[in-house]
Amino acid sequence: MPEVFASSLEEVQETVRAHPRLRPKGGGSKPALSSPQEGETLLNLSGLRGILEYAPEEFVFTAYAGTPLKEIEETLRTHGQYLPFHPPLVEQGATLGGTVAAGLSGPMRERFGGLRDFILGVRFVDGEGRAVRGGGKVVKNAAGFPFHRLMVGSLGALGVMVELSFKVFPYPRATRTLRVGLAKRAEALAALEHLRTLPLDLLALDLVPPATLEIRLGGFPESLEKRVQRLQSLLQREGEVLREDEAHWEGVRNLAFLKESPIWVKVPSRLDLIPMLEGLPLGPRRYLAGGELLYAGLDPEGLRALRERAIPHLVLKGEAQQALYPPPPEAFFAPIKRALDPKGRFPLG
Amino acid sequence: MGFLEELRTLFPPGRLLTKEAELAPYESDALTAYRKRPLAVALPERKEEVVEAVRLCYRHGVPFVARGSGTSLSGGSLPVEGGLVLALNRMNRILRLDPKARMAVVEPGVVNLEVSRRAAPFGLYYAPDPSSQPISTLGGNVAFNSGGAHCLKYGMTAGHVLALEVVTPKGEVVRLGGESLEGVGPDLHGFFVGTEGLLGVALEITLRLLPKPEAYHTLLAAYGSLEAAGNAVSQVIRSGLLPGAMEIMDRLAIEAAEAAVKAGYPQVEALLIVELEGPKEEVEEEAKLLAQVIQESGATEVRIAQSEAERQAIWKGRKAAFSAVGRLSPDYLVQDGVVPRSRLGEALREIRRLSQAYGLRVANVFHAGDGNLHPLVLYDGKKPGELERAEELAGEILKLCVRLGGSLTGEHGIGVEKKGYMPKMFAPEDLLAMERVKEALDPKGLANRGKVLPDHGQSPHQGGLKTDLGELYA
Repeated sequence: MPEVFASSLEEVQETVRAHPRLRPKGGGSKPALSSPQEGETLLNLSGLRGILEYAPEEFVFTAYAGTPLKEIEETLRTHGQYLPFHPPLVEQGATLGGTVAAGLSGPMRERFGGLRDFILGVRFVDGEGRAVRGGGKVVKNAAGFPFHRLMVGSLGALGVMVELSFKVFPYPRATRTLRVGLAKRAEALAALEHLRTLPLDLLALDLVPPATLEIRLGGFPESLEKRVQRLQSLLQREGEVLREDEAHWEGVRNLAFLKESPIWVKVPSRLDLIPMLEGLPLGPRRYLAGGELLYAGLDPEGLRALRERAIPHLVLKGEAQQALYPPPPEAFFAPIKRALDPKGRFPLG
Repeated sequence: MGFLEELRTLFPPGRLLTKEAELAPYESDALTAYRKRPLAVALPERKEEVVEAVRLCYRHGVPFVARGSGTSLSGGSLPVEGGLVLALNRMNRILRLDPKARMAVVEPGVVNLEVSRRAAPFGLYYAPDPSSQPISTLGGNVAFNSGGAHCLKYGMTAGHVLALEVVTPKGEVVRLGGESLEGVGPDLHGFFVGTEGLLGVALEITLRLLPKPEAYHTLLAAYGSLEAAGNAVSQVIRSGLLPGAMEIMDRLAIEAAEAAVKAGYPQVEALLIVELEGPKEEVEEEAKLLAQVIQESGATEVRIAQSEAERQAIWKGRKAAFSAVGRLSPDYLVQDGVVPRSRLGEALREIRRLSQAYGLRVANVFHAGDGNLHPLVLYDGKKPGELERAEELAGEILKLCVRLGGSLTGEHGIGVEKKGYMPKMFAPEDLLAMERVKEALDPKGLANRGKVLPDHGQSPHQGGLKTDLGELYA
């Protein structure tokens, strides 16, 4: 399979102009999205890396799209900051661009929102090889068309991302995790529903089927004990308190629970859909962010079940005819695709 | 049948305005310096009527502008001469409010504050709070990606919109996004937010709601200089705190606010308002750290709200600042450029220098946490040449913001007012990409024609003017 490397804006531009069909790849942590299909040339962006600007005081950084998240997070950490949407697959080598292209957020998205809430700007190469900027490098900006948000979940269809700017936040001084097993699914769902509407500022609120809740809190060490107690009394359960919870949540966001499954999917979920989703032949799974986000491991039968029920999903790993289901709405997406990628060099049509 | 005749079959007489006197109120929005006479104003009550009207416009090649309460400060809802205005205020139903799903589905004419009001009994609220929130509509908020005082922590409108039903300029109806906080595929609804009505009209908007913070801690600190107040903001950020809001007012703004609402502010060079919010145990701890940071920042006086009434009193002066400035000057221009927070001091020094050089007073009120400036350039429109000088000064401030790495607009949008400055912020290829997207979705160029994208070969249009609705903005 043909593969080309591009490690600068100019090289990306040249490559785009030179190849009729391209599939961008960063760290390859989501192989269903970065494996070239028939007739495509693989555009390897792993050399397009490095942080370009980072002003901790601004809560803003700009980095090349191929920068591994691990590198970015290590730099942020030295200043007590983090990406609050808690991107997945960091251990597996996920890059900033790949995370944007797939549109992935992790368990801590519960507190401040997902990837789409934190992206501020982009510089990308369109299908004609032109460099285009959208958004900016400040936390508040309403100027021009927001091309940066268009990139979220775009699977590389509208351009090759070169640079990205993000908002970051201070990392909590301390964290605690409360794990509570409930008797039945209905009880767990009722508890989840209740907790979601309260002003508890939870870092993470996950449902591990059938009926376990894992709740993460962050803040001042002095306040956390009281907040954990409040949760325990709300749930009328002691549960289990993890004081050293970092390794546990790293495992969750790296989707360690999917390890044995041949197919990995992201499913936009909802509290009221969980009973139906639980009726499908899915493998290991976890509902993140108060039940709004499901990562599940499947075999082909599970994937068929999602399709048959017309449940939107994105395949991250494993064989799939189409990684994205359903395709984006034609009337709005197709003209944008035509405008930015008139020759159809990039994925999605 | 001609366009108007066909329109008449869609809208009964009371809901289609064509007489001069009826059209007059729609000739401009909050940027009253610009006026354009539309051909007609339609008042749809259902989304099907909007769709039919847009289709009619497409068939006849008639430009259209959708508007809500007309509070745009950048002329974003200025009509196109001879075009149709779709006034969406009557589409003001909250179609669904689902507290369990923390979600509301609304029509575009719903007023921002109404959502929070309706969500309040469930302990929820809609976070984006532009200062115009008692009057501006969500359709407009979506078009302009509206902000407010809380953007650093909570983001702008785009993050709070989960889904949209949109009619494209060709009259196709499309649903973007879904009802979950997460989606798959390109974030098309996120992209639509902030495109200022150039890519279609939102028919239905799905919003995420958040639990209302449990506790607030509101602090007012006085400083001997604007720079000292600006530095205090940086010190707060460096301490690792993440306040819900941080606002600064300068002496001129303080004087004006005091004269208007008697908030009891100390008469100093600069005031900083910091508000923490969250679970009560957390806010308690954060407040201790904040006290220490503010003490070390050289504040000459510190007040902490001890009750909700005292908190409201602190905010009252801040919120009144814009309209109050009207007492100091017959006219003023308002801008809303953004600079990186660490360059606030530099920006303010330069604004002061420009103010002296142009011989015009500038009052500063701003969202310091976001680096979002609101310089108010005071002038007297009756004095020959003063408006032009004020516009030039406002333009210098915009260019300064871009030069410092910021943006032309934090929340008011580009509209018709700032489109001439777009090439200062964006390269020709960036603008070309915007034009190509516009053209692909709107081949006849009908939707909000003449906004955002600079016209080729036309000189920059400068500045804006004092507005009738100035008091609603900050």
